[in-house]
Amino acid sequence: MTTENLLEIKNLHVSFRLGKSETFEALKGVNYVIPKNSVVALVGESGSGKSVSAMAIMDLLPRANTVIAPESGLVFEGVDLLKQSEKQRRALCGKQISMIFQDPMTSLNPVYKVGDQIVEVLRLHKPLSKAAAKQRAVELLREVGIPDPETRINSYPHEMSGGQQQRVMIAMAIACEPKLLIADEPTTALDVTIQKQIIELLIKLKATHGMSVLFITHDLELVREIADHVVVMHRGVIKEQGASEQVFTAPKDPYTRALLACRPTIDKRPIRLPVVEDFLAGREHELPQGERSRGVLASDPIVLEVRNLKKTFRVKQGLFSHKEVAAVKDVSFKLARGKTLGIVGESGSGKTTLGKTILRLNSCEGGEVIYEGKNLMSLSDKEFMPYKRQMQIVFQNPYASLNPRFTVGDILLEPMRVHGIHDSDKDRAEHAMQLLKRVGLDEKAFNKYPHEFSGGQRQRVSIARCLTMKPEILVCDESVSALDVSVQAQVLNLLQELQDEYGMSYLFISHDLNVVKYISDEVLVMNHGEMVEYANADELYRQPKHAYTQKLLAAIPGRG
Amino acid sequence: MTQQASYGFWRAAGKRLWADKLARVCMAILAIYFAMAVASGLGWIAADWNEEVGVSYANPSFLGEDYPNPQGKNSMISQEVLVIDDKQKAVDPLAPYYAEIEQRAAAYEQEELKPSWTLPLGGDKWGRDILAKVIQAGEVSITVGVAAAALAVLVGTLLGAIGGYFGGKLGDLLEWFYNIFTSVPYILLVLAFAAVFGKGISTVILVLGFTGWTGTYRLIRSEYIKQRGRDYVMAANAIGASHARKMFVHILPNVSHLILVQLSQLVVDFIKAEVILSFLGLGVPTDAVSWGIMINEVMPELVLGKWWQLAAVATVMSTFVVAFGLFTDLLRDALDPKASRR
Repeated sequence: MTTENLLEIKNLHVSFRLGKSETFEALKGVNYVIPKNSVVALVGESGSGKSVSAMAIMDLLPRANTVIAPESGLVFEGVDLLKQSEKQRRALCGKQISMIFQDPMTSLNPVYKVGDQIVEVLRLHKPLSKAAAKQRAVELLREVGIPDPETRINSYPHEMSGGQQQRVMIAMAIACEPKLLIADEPTTALDVTIQKQIIELLIKLKATHGMSVLFITHDLELVREIADHVVVMHRGVIKEQGASEQVFTAPKDPYTRALLACRPTIDKRPIRLPVVEDFLAGREHELPQGERSRGVLASDPIVLEVRNLKKTFRVKQGLFSHKEVAAVKDVSFKLARGKTLGIVGESGSGKTTLGKTILRLNSCEGGEVIYEGKNLMSLSDKEFMPYKRQMQIVFQNPYASLNPRFTVGDILLEPMRVHGIHDSDKDRAEHAMQLLKRVGLDEKAFNKYPHEFSGGQRQRVSIARCLTMKPEILVCDESVSALDVSVQAQVLNLLQELQDEYGMSYLFISHDLNVVKYISDEVLVMNHGEMVEYANADELYRQPKHAYTQKLLAAIPGRG
Repeated sequence: MTQQASYGFWRAAGKRLWADKLARVCMAILAIYFAMAVASGLGWIAADWNEEVGVSYANPSFLGEDYPNPQGKNSMISQEVLVIDDKQKAVDPLAPYYAEIEQRAAAYEQEELKPSWTLPLGGDKWGRDILAKVIQAGEVSITVGVAAAALAVLVGTLLGAIGGYFGGKLGDLLEWFYNIFTSVPYILLVLAFAAVFGKGISTVILVLGFTGWTGTYRLIRSEYIKQRGRDYVMAANAIGASHARKMFVHILPNVSHLILVQLSQLVVDFIKAEVILSFLGLGVPTDAVSWGIMINEVMPELVLGKWWQLAAVATVMSTFVVAFGLFTDLLRDALDPKASRR
């Protein structure tokens, strides 16, 4: 029995039963330890098994179809949790070990006041009177930084912002002074500025309560400052683990090096982003060197000009009245041919609405969008039709943007049929095959359905669908945000290659400042529907003029 | 990319359905019913259901002729043979004509109809074969159920798609129409429709179809509202697909499984509704027969202890309804990707 280790995960094998005979091994013998009073970061892409190990600790895996191999061990303070009864483990969870989840909006019960939810946790594990529990709940809310906790204790979850909800979740998690706090992607659903606050809060709480934190994330950069130990997982296997400094400065495993390298960073802009395959195939020294220079000159030809664009939504109030909420207020910019304009902002800033409004996927309440000398906003639907093919969009979620009942072939042929591109379906199919190859997919993909592809491959299909129409302008609406880090690099590389090849102009909408810096020539910062700052990318990142931009840039993980 | 053959949604669902033993049994039962209905419709079987082939309330064969039956063999009135002798002839004014009468009668071919005392599943009041009758009734009932369900689903899907996809004023209009329509008590509505259209099988189909679309409308409308905001519809919009294309080429296949399940549920519902309509005297006309009419006939028979018509129609109908209902449930499970996760 070791005294310094709070939890030892020993040779943990977890498999899921998929069918009568099929099983899927999610964890293939995982070993790591969580020392007392430390932060261990568990890093991996989707499917790496990082969350499965946390759920095994919390006994949250569905018992019906989960098999934990008998040789596995979960030793918490010298006791093997796997040998305990369900009741004993229930008692431990919430009290000694607690967990916070990715999405605070779905983790809080919307019909109870937040105070009552904290009181419930407290009284479940501690013999407290109602009044005393309520008193404690107020203290907890104050501790996690909710202003005016005496009144906020009576708020419902929907009355709080996402960041505040996550703070409430943290308050519930630390309510019983747990020895181990498991944070499963606690900031992924939050904006950058909020993310920073939550991480600072976690560090503070760790110090004041002397607890250990198991921090699960897909973003290696995020844990650079907070983690004492880093465990890198890939497909159910631990690729590398060690002290934080060693993993970040001298990573031993090629996969770790790949994860660190393929994420675009704010200070470098390689010609091509390295991808995981480069590292796994041992080609990491053959990567193209040199940086791409970006920026728009005054002499560059302009493809699209947006003037004073305005978009409002009508929100019903009561039975008969309504109020107008401005989602985009007075935005103007010029998009140069073959260049990329990055549009950044936090959720609710109106960046996505802006993109959709330009493509007339939304109505528009004022302003002009000039393309080829015409104001697209004043055209009738019929007059706008020929312009549709010139402006295309790649959506954020590749799982939702492809019709699940269409084969890839149908998906690619449809726009060509609608716009009468090529004379026969045979020619169209040939064109579609070429495009599939161009975006890096097999010709066999033609007859397959979207569900047979991974997220990155689906995003390639989406891109190919746009390319069938040879658009001049491509709106990428958070197109790489839902993808894993390694896949993100591949898709970004593809987008860049296509821009070089076809001379398309991109409107690149993203909340990720690193990615925007990497791909953009110009950047437009939005906040609450307003255009805050608009400048060449290099200049904006070097010398942000507006206070909001400065705040955003300061919140980028890994930049202190 | 997976190496296995590419399965579309329907093929995958079909495979899941086929893998279920119960589903296979249900499908076999339904196949038999539909085959019988078709064969009966083409006149191959049960065409002569209306012939009075047995005595009134003939016993089922398995009970034999001796089963106590007021009209059965054991209650047969023994016929006294009248012997006409010379003494009688002397006073009979018709006696001289006997020879002529017999001669003339011989000119016509005479067949003595011998109604059988037993029939495979027994006979009804008029001595019609219940087996043939129940098959013929099945043809009518299944036709009514399937056709009315198809009509109801068609109307419901069309209105639901329009209301859900466009929303706004058009959607409100349809919603009002729906609300008014559903505020009228169902039976009253059916009576009103039946009174307007007159009697007949096609009337029953129209009545059930035009009153039964509401559930499908609600379901499809809500599904269209959900789907119209999806990214793939937005993507179709971005490539310039028309409204009709988005509604019926893009969204419809994504809700088609619901339509199919609705269809099969309504078939069962309408077969039962037809029974009620016939029971109320608003169903199929008197010269036709359906399961509902058969059940309606049963009441006075039971008082007489003639249970076999009820037994036959109840068994046949409930087997069909249960098989169809189970099949519907299994179909929904097979079509629901979430259910397939086990």
